Amino acid sequence: MTVQASLAGNGRELTIKIDGRFDFSAHQEFRDAYEGVPAQVSSYTVDMGGTSYLDSSALGMLLLLRDHAGGDSADVKIVNCNQDVRKILTISNFEQLFKIQ
Amino acid sequence: MDAIKILIADDNQIDRMVLSRIVRNQGYEVAEVANGLEAIDAVGSFKPDIILMDVMMPEMNGKEATRHIKANSGEDFIPIIFLTSLTDAQSLADCLGSGGDDFLSKPYNPTILQAKITSFSRMRNMHQTLQRQRDMIASNNEHLLHEQQVAKAVFDNVAHAGCLSAPNIRYMLSPLSVFNGDVLLAAKKPAGGMHILLGDFTGHGLPAAIGAMPLAEIFYGMTAKGFAIREILREINLKLKGILPVGFFCCAVMVDLNTERKNASVWMGGVPDCYLLRAASGKVETLSSSHLPLGVLKNEQFSDDLQEFQLEAEDRLFLWSDGILEARNPDGEMFGEQRLRTLFESASAADGVFDDIQQQLAAFIAGSEADDDTTLIEVRMVEDSVRDDMDMQMDSGPISGPIDWHMSYELGPDTLKNFNPLPLMIHIMMEVPGLRAMGGQLYTVMAELFSNSFEHGVLGLDSGLKASADGFLQYYKDREKRLAQLTEGYIKIEMQHHGDGRSGELTMTIEDSGEGFDYSQIRSQKNPYSGRGIPLISEVCESLNYRGKGNIVEAVIRWPSNCTS
Repeated sequence: MTVQASLAGNGRELTIKIDGRFDFSAHQEFRDAYEGVPAQVSSYTVDMGGTSYLDSSALGMLLLLRDHAGGDSADVKIVNCNQDVRKILTISNFEQLFKIQ
Repeated sequence: MDAIKILIADDNQIDRMVLSRIVRNQGYEVAEVANGLEAIDAVGSFKPDIILMDVMMPEMNGKEATRHIKANSGEDFIPIIFLTSLTDAQSLADCLGSGGDDFLSKPYNPTILQAKITSFSRMRNMHQTLQRQRDMIASNNEHLLHEQQVAKAVFDNVAHAGCLSAPNIRYMLSPLSVFNGDVLLAAKKPAGGMHILLGDFTGHGLPAAIGAMPLAEIFYGMTAKGFAIREILREINLKLKGILPVGFFCCAVMVDLNTERKNASVWMGGVPDCYLLRAASGKVETLSSSHLPLGVLKNEQFSDDLQEFQLEAEDRLFLWSDGILEARNPDGEMFGEQRLRTLFESASAADGVFDDIQQQLAAFIAGSEADDDTTLIEVRMVEDSVRDDMDMQMDSGPISGPIDWHMSYELGPDTLKNFNPLPLMIHIMMEVPGLRAMGGQLYTVMAELFSNSFEHGVLGLDSGLKASADGFLQYYKDREKRLAQLTEGYIKIEMQHHGDGRSGELTMTIEDSGEGFDYSQIRSQKNPYSGRGIPLISEVCESLNYRGKGNIVEAVIRWPSNCTS
């Protein structure tokens, strides 16, 4: 499992890419990926193109990110989910909280 | 720190004295012995930190003594350095082979000797620190486990209690860790029927268990007081949102099983698809989650929309957490939805499905470590058993409490939209000791009459709709729609009680703003008031009468009751 963060759009867009199993072991890395970023970051993208699986603690981490990004006014997209990951997000009805593409 | 203790074992007195002098001059405490046997004894009495051991000695040679000392010292690490005039590689290797840690060639070089003693004493310290820390961890862990076991006993009483042992319920809980992240609750409603809740908290262990406590308390407390499923869910969500840190939540499915109306209202948030197995046809219907888990949204955003299902006797609901689907076999493959589905479709008898799941799951994961909590519950629709557990315990002699009273309570449209007055009304009735034993029946009467007045009166819904399965769904859709648009109307509840402390009479009048109905005609039919849940009520009530244009109903209840005996 690896977590990579990159800035784009004049430092306003943060993309966090997660490869492998997204579970509790990613906790610290995932937090580090967004906690230290500059204040002008206003939009967040979680790229799950390489994510094979996520568990409920990963869902919890996504909620933490959403909270960090402004709660109800947060702009957080989840992109490139495979079928299994998509299914887990759907069961939890996370499309009500995140833009899932 | 005490001086480091060095034991010197050498049969040659001169060699021993030379070495002893060097070591003592370097500031160490020294003991001397002349052969292997004495060395073994001295380990017990002198407790050396390091041993300098000659190879060739009478009685017992150095290698033999080393084997004994190393074997006896168990987990302790006592470095042994051989003293030898041998120089060939095999002899030196043999020294280490017998358990020695190093060797020192004669004649002794004080600088090398000092360096070796320092180095081994460092290793011995490290070993001791490691042992101490390991023992501390072990004792802490033991302490923690003990605490968890005590806490688990409390948790089990709270989280897996209620009426899980009811004859229409079968369930399975796997003890993954000491604490299970899953919660399974069932409670009988005062009016008959039951509430069932299966919850799966994020993570395992203590954090998961802590959230379960308030959840269980709210569930049991509010169910016992007659609150409806929506209100209970809202309260649980509000509580969990308040106490759980962001990122912790509870995936849950809650069922309101109404044995009298033969239906189930289901709320699902974040749990995998559950199944409804029809007894008559053997068909499997899928129930899907349409909400976010509990504890995620603020109450303003929380949705308590329910899915309604009409059930026949012996229809079965199967609810589970994701643990079953994600249970892995030794190859890391998951049990998965497909296997579960196939199992249902190929089942020969409805009452064997639960056993099939248990067996197949156990066979599937045999040999692998379960990596989630696997919780499963089967709930069977049964014939109404409202009165099976009524216990009529009345003291002889007059009873105190409110005897002569009257109350009137009118609810306007905004109140009717989102407030359930039943718990409050029941509470007032339950103040009369003689009525307490009839709590369940009173609740039924009140709930039926109130919902008739509300749904048919204020909302103007046609009860005829509920006759068919399609109409049943339509009915609940219409109900939802009209409720949202409600701007006028009222319901007025009046209660009057009088008695002498040994017996009494309660008159309950409910008036609604609706059109009413032609009750004179209905009464003349063979099966009066069908579709309005009335037969059951008339059994409990002394009398039941409609007045006005059919928008006022009056029920009289006497106690001690004669229909509960």
